[in-house]
Amino acid sequence: MLDRIAADKGSMWMNWSAIGREAEAVLSRIGSRIPVARRADELTLAEKQIVLIARLLVQEAKFVILDEPTAPLSLEEADRLFGIMDELKKQGIGIVFISHRLPEVKQVSDRITVMRDGKVVLSEPAAAVETGDIVRAMLGRSFEEEYPKATVPIGETLLEVEDIAAGHRVRGVNLSVRRGEIVAVVGLVGAGKTELSRLLFGADPADRGNVKIAGKTVSAASPADAVRAGIALVPEERRKEGILVGSSVLHNLSLPILKQLSGALGFLSRLSERKHAEGMVGRLGIRTASPGLLVGYLSGGNQQKVAIGKWMATDAEVFMFDEPTKGVDVGAKRDIFRIIGELAAAGKGVLYLTCEFAEALGLADRILVMCDGAIVKQFDRGGVTMEELLYYASAGKEDLA
Amino acid sequence: MNNRLLQFSYKYGALIFIGLVILFFSLRNEYFFTYSNLVDILRSISILTFVAIGVTISLTVDGFDLSVGSTVSLTTVATATMMIWYELPLAVVLIVPLLIGAVVGLLNAFLIVKVRIPDLLATLAVMYIVSGIHKTYTKGYSIYNNMQFQDGTKAPGVMNPDFLWIGQGKLFGVPFPVILMVLAVIGAHVFMKYTRFGRRTTMTGGNEEAARLSGVRVRRVRAWAYVASGVFAAIGGILYTARVGSGQIDAGAPMLMDAVAAVFVGYSVFGAGRPNIIGTFVGAVLTGILINGLTMLHVQYYTTDIIKGAVLVLALTVTFVHLSRRRA
Repeated sequence: MLDRIAADKGSMWMNWSAIGREAEAVLSRIGSRIPVARRADELTLAEKQIVLIARLLVQEAKFVILDEPTAPLSLEEADRLFGIMDELKKQGIGIVFISHRLPEVKQVSDRITVMRDGKVVLSEPAAAVETGDIVRAMLGRSFEEEYPKATVPIGETLLEVEDIAAGHRVRGVNLSVRRGEIVAVVGLVGAGKTELSRLLFGADPADRGNVKIAGKTVSAASPADAVRAGIALVPEERRKEGILVGSSVLHNLSLPILKQLSGALGFLSRLSERKHAEGMVGRLGIRTASPGLLVGYLSGGNQQKVAIGKWMATDAEVFMFDEPTKGVDVGAKRDIFRIIGELAAAGKGVLYLTCEFAEALGLADRILVMCDGAIVKQFDRGGVTMEELLYYASAGKEDLA
Repeated sequence: MNNRLLQFSYKYGALIFIGLVILFFSLRNEYFFTYSNLVDILRSISILTFVAIGVTISLTVDGFDLSVGSTVSLTTVATATMMIWYELPLAVVLIVPLLIGAVVGLLNAFLIVKVRIPDLLATLAVMYIVSGIHKTYTKGYSIYNNMQFQDGTKAPGVMNPDFLWIGQGKLFGVPFPVILMVLAVIGAHVFMKYTRFGRRTTMTGGNEEAARLSGVRVRRVRAWAYVASGVFAAIGGILYTARVGSGQIDAGAPMLMDAVAAVFVGYSVFGAGRPNIIGTFVGAVLTGILINGLTMLHVQYYTTDIIKGAVLVLALTVTFVHLSRRRA
């Protein structure tokens, strides 16, 4: 990680202590206390981001393009990033800030440009546009209701988790999800939400704990077992885990249901595969030129729809979404909320893990607050404010970053 | 325009190149483009193709099987000794090598999937082990009919003529190994492309973690890929013995790199950009044509390696220039 920050200074010999001092100086300039001798791949996502930004300072760039830099950051980290950006600005460095989070955009930019479908549709000084204008420009229509939450009758308990734990990231979590219910798990970055979802899905081994689906104990030793038991996961790291970017939309959508699409000898029916993909593309509003297109060519939102769509035709009863709106534009976000609502209406159970408190408030029937690997508080719909969530999500943790 | 040219060259480049090579040799030598010579070429690559199909499958799951060459060697001497030393019935002679191939595959799979050694290193180790076993087993001698042992006695058996027919016989005027090869290519292609097992294999190679999180049992898929690779190498070994009528020591050693080269030439066929059975076959055909044609033109056999290497560079250039553009 030292190299990451301070490499390339022209000298042939590495003066390690000087490099170390310089790296520390750069990091402290942006208010970070990451030990510089750590290897970069041991850092959390947010810490890596900070290292990357620190490197910009070292390289003395003239222009900086930040593509969704705040996506993996918690609120406080984001604020610190904005501080750094201000400093860069003062030094005469131009910044292109690409983001889908409108409050941030309003907060940091001098000039706002809106792109839709690969074209610039709006470019105004920041002071001259309202958030509503931006949203309208992004959607091409006005954004009336952000969270289309329908009331759905809530049925019997579907997913029951008792005292599941692994390492120091997940320390004994209990939760339950009922039919038709959307349960949000909120927490700051690093609270253990992703780890929790991976445990439930059998992607990582659990130290202890018990998972029941519809009253039956499930031993999810692998994701394949979890899928058979009726659990589906839309993972956070979309491009690495959720979809296969080098394969077509068609192949991605049919991967979990190959058995349904093939005959006795294992031969795939191209017709039913195609039909399935086209149906799913239409149903979820996936924008793709054809189902044969590689998923890697799609936008983030449409990739996410593929990652969700592949589970729709399975027998999954419980759908877990881990930060499904990360790096997703407003229109696709609304589609994703609609899909989640439909799943709940169809009597499925939804576990929605997010660090976007507003989404949890708008979407969930019940909100669980996760902090430091454990569920610390539970709220029913409407019974909580954003501030309270933030309070509990950060409670018990002195070092908020 | 430039872009479309590139696209075109990427998709059909390998095929056009083969066409040009055939044309070139046909013009230079009147005997090249005759039925018997073309069939000869196909027969000469039949063993290579089997090995290369195995390599294709291991590369498809994003692995690499270096042990196929020594598996060919081991199964070659195993088949020969079973007939010449022990005079075993034909069925045993055919089944045991396949089992050997499967066992080597299982060993690879165990090391890679369970112990989690990187593919290249695990199969490198297994390559040495298998190669050592086959030399120890034969004490370093090649196996031939009624071979003489060191103590002066003679081996009791000879090659079974039915067995030799597998490698040397003809069916409807076509050499039997060529028929086997065509069946294997079609079978493997259909399996990989049109069955759910094949699809899972391809998807596992595309992104193992994403496939795993889609409910694919990736460890099982990887294991079968190595078993398949071993079995195809074993078929190659059987064919080799049947073709030459003896159990040559180290027969498979040059096979590994030729097979790998064929697979990589195959990357560029029809713009696949990834291992594929048809491409592998085309790559093997190209290898066969080059060697045959150059030999006819009296090019020294050691010179042909230079040309093989150059062709491989060409194919890889087309593939990777295209792939990096696509990513950009």
